[in-house]
Order: sequence, then C-alpha cells, then structure tokens
Amino acid sequence: MPIERLLIANRGEIAVRIIRAAKAMGLHTIQAHSEADANMLAVRMADEAVCIGPAHAAQSYLNIDAVVAAAQSTKADAVHPGYGFMAENAQFARALETAGITFIGPSADTIDRMGDKVAARQAAMAAGVPVVPGSKGRLDTVEDAVNVAAEIGYPVMIKAAAGGGGRGIRIAQTEEELRKMAPQAQAEANAAFGDGGLYLERAIISPRHIEVQIMGDGTDAVHFFERECSMQRRRQKVWEEAGAACLEESTRAHLCDTAVALAKAVNYVGAGTLEYLYDSKTKEFFFIEMNTRIQVEHPVTEMLTGIDLVQEMIHVAGGGKLRQTQADITRTGHAIEVRVNAEDPFMQFLPFPGQVGALRVPQGDGIRFDHFLYEGYTIPPFYDSLLGKLIVHGKDRDTAIGMMASALEELEIGGIKTTKPLHLALARDPSVQADDFHTQWLEPWLTAGNLKPTP
Amino acid sequence: MAQVLSPVPGTFYTQAAPGEPLYKQPGDAVAQGDTIGLIEVMKTFIEVKAENAGTFNGYKVENGAAINAGEPLAELED
Repeated sequence: MPIERLLIANRGEIAVRIIRAAKAMGLHTIQAHSEADANMLAVRMADEAVCIGPAHAAQSYLNIDAVVAAAQSTKADAVHPGYGFMAENAQFARALETAGITFIGPSADTIDRMGDKVAARQAAMAAGVPVVPGSKGRLDTVEDAVNVAAEIGYPVMIKAAAGGGGRGIRIAQTEEELRKMAPQAQAEANAAFGDGGLYLERAIISPRHIEVQIMGDGTDAVHFFERECSMQRRRQKVWEEAGAACLEESTRAHLCDTAVALAKAVNYVGAGTLEYLYDSKTKEFFFIEMNTRIQVEHPVTEMLTGIDLVQEMIHVAGGGKLRQTQADITRTGHAIEVRVNAEDPFMQFLPFPGQVGALRVPQGDGIRFDHFLYEGYTIPPFYDSLLGKLIVHGKDRDTAIGMMASALEELEIGGIKTTKPLHLALARDPSVQADDFHTQWLEPWLTAGNLKPTP
Repeated sequence: MAQVLSPVPGTFYTQAAPGEPLYKQPGDAVAQGDTIGLIEVMKTFIEVKAENAGTFNGYKVENGAAINAGEPLAELED
C-alpha cells in the first residue's frame, strides 16, 4: 500500500533529511519529538509535530508505546526510524506491524536474524559471502589448533570458546608461537570460564573498514557500490568515502555481487549495509555484520550514484518494486563526508553543546551540508553530538579532498566548539591524501600530537 | 559560602550509579579535586570536581535534573 502520511521517529539531521525526501515524494510529514526538541528544525519543517515524551530518550525516542501511540493518534500509515534509537529494534517493528502501520525497513524477523552475529555469519556463508576464516567449533587440544591454523592461515587469533568480548585474546604469528600460546590460553579459559575450549580465527592486522550499500524490495536486490570508512575514533566513524580507492575493479565487483546475493537470499526489503574488514596486503575481504537501516554516511553513496536512497527505501517499504536495475546504477567521481560534531578536539573531544551563533554554510557544485542548525538554536545536551555532515563530490579523490578543505574553511558555526579543525588537519595530511590509513590509524595519529591548534 | 558551578549543560547526578552512595553528604569534608557529582552531556559522562576545599553544605539540584552551564550544583562552606 503506498504511503501517504509518514511519522519520523528520530531527531537531528536525519529527521531533516527524511522530511526532505518525504516532501519530494508528496507525502504528509509528521515529526515526533521529545519535550527538549520542540524547537528543532525538523519540527519547523514538518507538516505537523507530535510530542512523544520527556527529554531522556528512554522516555521518548526509545519508548515503543509512546511512538506507536503517536503514529496512531496522527493517523500515520508509516514510520521512518532513521538510524540509532529504534531503527534496528525488532520489537518496535513488530509493534507497528500489529498496529497496521508500515515500518520503513526490513521485517522484524530479518532484523532479528541479521542482528544476531552467529545467524548473520551463517546466512552470509550460505550466500557465498566470505567471512573471517575460523574454526568450525571448539578446539580441545593443541594439535587440533595447529591443524586448523594451517587451514585458515596465520596470523591467528586465539579466543576462549566460552568467552566473550576481548578477554584473553592472543595473536600467534607462527605455528611455534601457537604451540606456546595455546596451552596458556587453555589454562586461562579454564580458570576464567571453567571450560578450556578454544576458538581460532584469522587475525586481520590493521584492516580497512569497507561496506556495501544494498537495497531490496523483497524479491530483487541491487547494490550502490561500496564506502570506505576506516577513519575511526573509538569505533566511531569520522570521515567516510565512496568509493574505496584502494580496491581493484575485480575485488570491487566480487564484494558488491556477493552483498547482493546475501540480500536476495534473505528477501531483504529496504536499505541495508554489509560491513567488511579488508586486508589490503592480501586483497581479501571478510563480512563482519549487516546493518538493517539507513546509515549516517549514506550521502556519499547518493553523491556517487546520483540516487536518493531515503526516497527509495520509502518507496519499497510502501510495496513498490526497485526502480533501478543494477545496470542503471553507475558511479561517477569520488565523494567524501566528514561528521561535524559538537566536541572540542583540543580537549579530548569533550562535548560542547550550546547556542548556535552566526552560521555560514558552504555552497556550490558538489557540496552538500546535511544538518539541523539555525541561528539562535540551542542544541540540547541529551543526545549525540552530531551537528551535521559536510559532503563533497569531485571528479576524483584528489579533487574531492581539495574541495573538502575549502568547504571546511568556508563552514562557520558560531558559538560552538566543533570537530572542524580535526577534519581540516586530516584533509591536509599526507597519509590521508595518499589513501594510506586503516581502522587503527587515527587514534595513534592523535596521540602523537598531529592535531595542533592554529595560532 | 562557595558554589560549585556546572561547566557544561546536561543531566546532573549526585551518585555514580543508581544504588551507589551520594558523592557527598552535608557536613562531609571536601578536599580540592574531590568529585562532587557527575554530568551526562551528549552521551559522555564528566566528573564535577571541587575547585576549593571546604565543608559540604548540600546539593542545589536533584539527582537526574537537567542543568545549564554555569548553574549552581552544590554549596560548600569555607
């Protein structure tokens, strides 16, 4: 059933982004908001607004009953969850389904299945998507471990089969090291968990994070190529690119084709992202997880392909068929996004909310700023620190980096400390310009004092 | 009488976690650098520390209250 009245169950820049897409499709927009967000830009832009509870997200944006009730009282026929909050909450998707309201995303069952790491890994393997090579089950003897390591290849990561998290993980570069470490790991696992069983997995040292954007309509699926998101601080992406310049064309084709195979295998509906670790030395990629939502960094893919992904996900959620064949989707040039956060990069990234003073937004061909700011707006302290995303699109990577530096110089957000100085320093860094970085690169770079206040 | 002011806007907590004791009780001695409370700002937690020594006189806001930058959080007697 085509969607006519859309409730946006999110806030900040993504709420603004969804309203723009919905208005372009001629939909009636209803913005849900907490008491602290009554003045936010998305509320001002929407056709109507509905308060869903107090400032704390647990009582508003994460409150299933409140959001479903708001959707019912405003006669919404669909809800867009954005990212974060309840975007990957299967219980929420089920509650909407029970109320006869469309959830803009995959089914609750698909969210459950792809949200479970073991089930997602099994689905990936069944669809022919490479996963990090590991032992099939628990290993009880050192000889078993040595035999399995010979199959999966060194270096190997030794984990406790019964353990979780990063506890007691060892990395063996050679068989000799494995023979020394395996008994230690067994003893430690036995002491910690009462179970000396081990699990082995190939260790990917200093990997890159590469992800593939897919879209499905329940029968068919297509990809919108890949993104490179290795620039991370505390596992939060800081700078994202489309495409991944480090990939050879044959690797790119294999990566994207297997992502589509997985999407088709699970009859995927909506926008999704498959995340991979990429070993630039061996040129191998390994699936790690799937995100069943629109992602923060989706604009780089939109700039690369010229397709509005938010409109497409609303279209397929309303029962529409994909409007693009794979052959229709092409990539042009190179796009980069940076996340401008309300944080002081010279004070350990301390959050710095406040009132927005003079605002100067860079403009021009190939420049886009997705944000929720206006002059005089007071940013509430209750939610995350993302203010906006500056995106540039140029004919190649070098051009895009140059455009990013000039756009950042033009960007001014008065009254608030932001991460703009970090992004400017990155755009001017020789390693970034040479595309020579990985997921473990940024934190040591910061520790080494590469980010200096400009006099 | 000295006031402890909030350095940032956010949510103020008088204890490290639910069920934990209050950071300070009225009459407690406070040394410079003692933690008085906790502020949650944009999903980050920051400890509020006393800039001066004194005797704790009480909190000015409730546990879990929304606060502005510069707002008095607690009072100390010299």
